[in-house]
Amino acid sequence: MSEYSGPDENEASVGQVQKQFFTFAEPPHEMVLESGLTLGPVTIAYETCGTLNQGKNNAILVLHALSGDSHMAGVYREADSKPGWWDIMVGPGKGIDTDKYFVICSNILGSCMGTTGPSSINPGTGKPYGFDFPVITIGDMVLAQRKLLDHLGIKKVLSVIGGSIGGMQVLEWSIRYPEIVLSAIPLATTTRHSALAIAFNEVARQAIMSDPNWNSGYYYSGEKPGLGLAVARMIGHITYLSDESMRLKFGRRLQDKRDFSFNFEADFQVESYLRHQGTKFVERFDANSFLYITKAADYFDLGKKYGSGSVVKAFDRASTKFLVISFTSDWLYPTYQSKAMVQGMKKNGLNVSFCEIEAECGHDAFLLPNERLSNLINGFLEGVSNEN
Amino acid sequence: MKTESSDTRFDLRMIASWIKPESKVLGLGCGDGELLYFLKKNKKVEETGIEIKESRVAACIEKGLSVLQGDINEEILDYPDNHFDYVILSQTLQQVYEPAQLIRTMLRVGNMGIVSFPNFCHWRIRLQLLWTGYVPKTRELPYEWYNTPNIRVLGIKDFRAFSRQVGFGIIREAAIKPCNDNKDGKIIKTLPNIFATYGIFLIGNRKIRG
Repeated sequence: MSEYSGPDENEASVGQVQKQFFTFAEPPHEMVLESGLTLGPVTIAYETCGTLNQGKNNAILVLHALSGDSHMAGVYREADSKPGWWDIMVGPGKGIDTDKYFVICSNILGSCMGTTGPSSINPGTGKPYGFDFPVITIGDMVLAQRKLLDHLGIKKVLSVIGGSIGGMQVLEWSIRYPEIVLSAIPLATTTRHSALAIAFNEVARQAIMSDPNWNSGYYYSGEKPGLGLAVARMIGHITYLSDESMRLKFGRRLQDKRDFSFNFEADFQVESYLRHQGTKFVERFDANSFLYITKAADYFDLGKKYGSGSVVKAFDRASTKFLVISFTSDWLYPTYQSKAMVQGMKKNGLNVSFCEIEAECGHDAFLLPNERLSNLINGFLEGVSNEN
Repeated sequence: MKTESSDTRFDLRMIASWIKPESKVLGLGCGDGELLYFLKKNKKVEETGIEIKESRVAACIEKGLSVLQGDINEEILDYPDNHFDYVILSQTLQQVYEPAQLIRTMLRVGNMGIVSFPNFCHWRIRLQLLWTGYVPKTRELPYEWYNTPNIRVLGIKDFRAFSRQVGFGIIREAAIKPCNDNKDGKIIKTLPNIFATYGIFLIGNRKIRG
């Protein structure tokens, strides 16, 4: 997912928020990962907005995508120029209304925004893990989130909501912990990556791994593999947009010039945009985290894990109410993939709503201001809240 | 019989009066969810709707209804046998390409079906055709021949004949004539195929006339 636009100045905000931490799986009680390997201690960075009510039944878990973090809404300091990544959705009177709900977002396992990941210190060596960090899965991320909920004393969540890789975590939650999850909103996501999605991830990973600074994953004492990571991000950005949005946003317009440079400068606006996105990303994201999280997404296969290859069988374990949303111009996780999960849910007689929102901005649509999306989520949550 | 007016359309209230409280209902082509919302509020049904138009699907979900976007002919196929108590096809039959197939599926996934449609054998239509010589247009079927989505026009007697041919049973039927912008209406007992503007049928796999 990309970084979205700035704050919506007309709207209310949750105001100041804090990054909080929770540590568990202290040795010898390490977390057992899906691969069979163990990891500990594990620290989770998280943020909460709104107030947990007395009955502890108004909690909502927001799950972020590849490059997101726990900072979903509001600002850390008043002077911050940018609010959290989903400030347009999470706040008083917004799609996820913080006047009604207690909203939690934690940084995913393997990331680099405060939760344990490859750039964290390996207690065994006193140095960053690098490539000694075990390969993690979407299931492992969800297990870590479960530990956080236990720590917060929350036994049921009104809804789990997330897009893209966050949507994969939503699906995993719904099948793994049906007794906890009352409703689930997977947005712009899939039950498993297509070959196309894996291919883009692999090219991005190869860009990082062929950067000489990458040094087989052990680069924390020297130069970062910035060029590789920037190219990886550029590839990602292409998949988050769409033919139409690129045509509208850039066309063949040139960047700050009237004619071609006849050298290899960024002549076109689209080139300049991608370079800018790449450079900006390197400042805030860790290349190894990119490798680990994209691999986790590629491995994710709900049908294989829970239904011996069948998505229909996998949803047999779920009992939650679903709202599935796809976007017309999303070619990374096209609508047919959402329809396939909807079919699996229906065949099990689950309560599911589905809407394909008309949007021209591609996969990124779930992060951009969209009144329809906000209203859908708001109405759905209201319904779930009334029923419980 | 005249019933008191309400915000909900007369024909929809008629359908609702046949539905048992707390049942499971599937609404095919549910539009912006008027009937399902009424049933949810007044009969506490567990509702599901299928609608093809994005804006209408969104309107339903925003009201808290469970609705799926898609083609009714395809989306209905995924449900397990007898999953619903009622499957409703309200004023959509005239737009269905394979009515017999759809009705059979309705009675597979549901215990009973409710089908309503505008009566093309109403006396006004008969007279229009006879006197003007043009294909009739009415409030219920307001389109021109070249832009109508209503590819199958039928009357109340046609539907009864259809039930015998396809082999489903009619459990209950009502011929109605809504008035006052569909806020009120009457049930037509005498010569319904001539005087009613709509037919509503409760159907099932077996013939149990009640």
